[in-house]
Amino acid sequence: MRYNSLIDSVGHTPLVGLPVLSPTPEVRLWAKMEDHNPTGSVKDRAALAMITQAEKDGLLQPGSVLLEPTSGNTGISLAMVAKQRGYRLICVMPENTSAERRQLLSMYGAEVISSPAAGGSNEAVRVAKGLAQEHPDWVMLYQYGNPANAQAHYETPGPELLADLPSITHFVAGLGTTGTLMGTGRYLREHKPEVQIIAAEPRYGELVYGLRNLDEGFVPELYDPTVLTTRFSVGAHDAVRRTRELLEQEGIFAGPSTGGILHAALAMARKAVQRGEQADIAFIVCDGGWKYLSTGLYEGTLEEAEAALEGQLWA
Amino acid sequence: MSVDVRIPTILRPFTSGEKVVTAQGATLDAVIKDLDANYPGIGERLVDDSGLRRFVNVYVNDEDVRFLESLATPVQDGDTVTILPAVAGGCH
Repeated sequence: MRYNSLIDSVGHTPLVGLPVLSPTPEVRLWAKMEDHNPTGSVKDRAALAMITQAEKDGLLQPGSVLLEPTSGNTGISLAMVAKQRGYRLICVMPENTSAERRQLLSMYGAEVISSPAAGGSNEAVRVAKGLAQEHPDWVMLYQYGNPANAQAHYETPGPELLADLPSITHFVAGLGTTGTLMGTGRYLREHKPEVQIIAAEPRYGELVYGLRNLDEGFVPELYDPTVLTTRFSVGAHDAVRRTRELLEQEGIFAGPSTGGILHAALAMARKAVQRGEQADIAFIVCDGGWKYLSTGLYEGTLEEAEAALEGQLWA
Repeated sequence: MSVDVRIPTILRPFTSGEKVVTAQGATLDAVIKDLDANYPGIGERLVDDSGLRRFVNVYVNDEDVRFLESLATPVQDGDTVTILPAVAGGCH
């Protein structure tokens, strides 16, 4: 495929079968390889769409300052697009995220403001909202509430999946901003009402939840539970175990959030086998494993890797 | 029915610091009432008149009960009930 620029090559990612991990010839798993995007994650789709929409809305001029709370991937995607288009980017990122993410952000010329580890992304959102009030000239695209995020997933991976896998019965993705699940989920539902939409939500170590008052929780503005069929909570142990299985059995080198998503996909596969149903289960490979090498995810025993992720925002 | 209930840090003052406690009941509703009988006050932190509180997520064997039968979700011997505050999730 030929494209005029790197930005033009976002999307059109391969869908690959998992011949080893699929339980039977009737119940098949398919990986949507979003790590094939230009900066290596699914977030390139949302970042490009949010910046393009802000340009259409007249919010951005050359030299404009973008502000975004991010645990890394969205920031890296925004940084790449912002650099090409001539904007400055300031990311608010929790301090308990991998070193590689910080390095990549600074390579693309973004500035990073750290938010406290305790409270995770909720804190990053809070800090960014405060900064946006202090600096009314900065443009916060705000991935958790920006309709262009979900719309990007409605317009691109939704149609790609249906074209590549018309027999799709399940779509499984991670629950973060909820943009992927809301957008792709709505598209698939509209075209195949019986499709099941499954969310895999990372369950972090205690530090991330520790100080959270139950009345001060955070639900992204984009989230609409009616799009989902079900929602699984996946802990670090299962996420690490599945990330390694994906590498060892299928050769796919993915990050830990993908392991969590595969865990939920395999649970749905098991149910389909038990019920004697045919199933084509597509799931999102959010990003490759490169950015997590320093975390210890791929080294030592499962228990050691799980311990290394304790307190980290691993997905 | 006896189930394990994982208690988030913020609610451990109710359980004398215990991370996991056991509770009885055939449904989530019954489990929460049993919890409240043993750890008075914990119930109203989880449930209000309209059901589960907005920023409280409860999972039976890792599946969000809002997509099962909410408070009427049946539980079986040996199930694990996990209570967590809602946070921004992964991969963003």
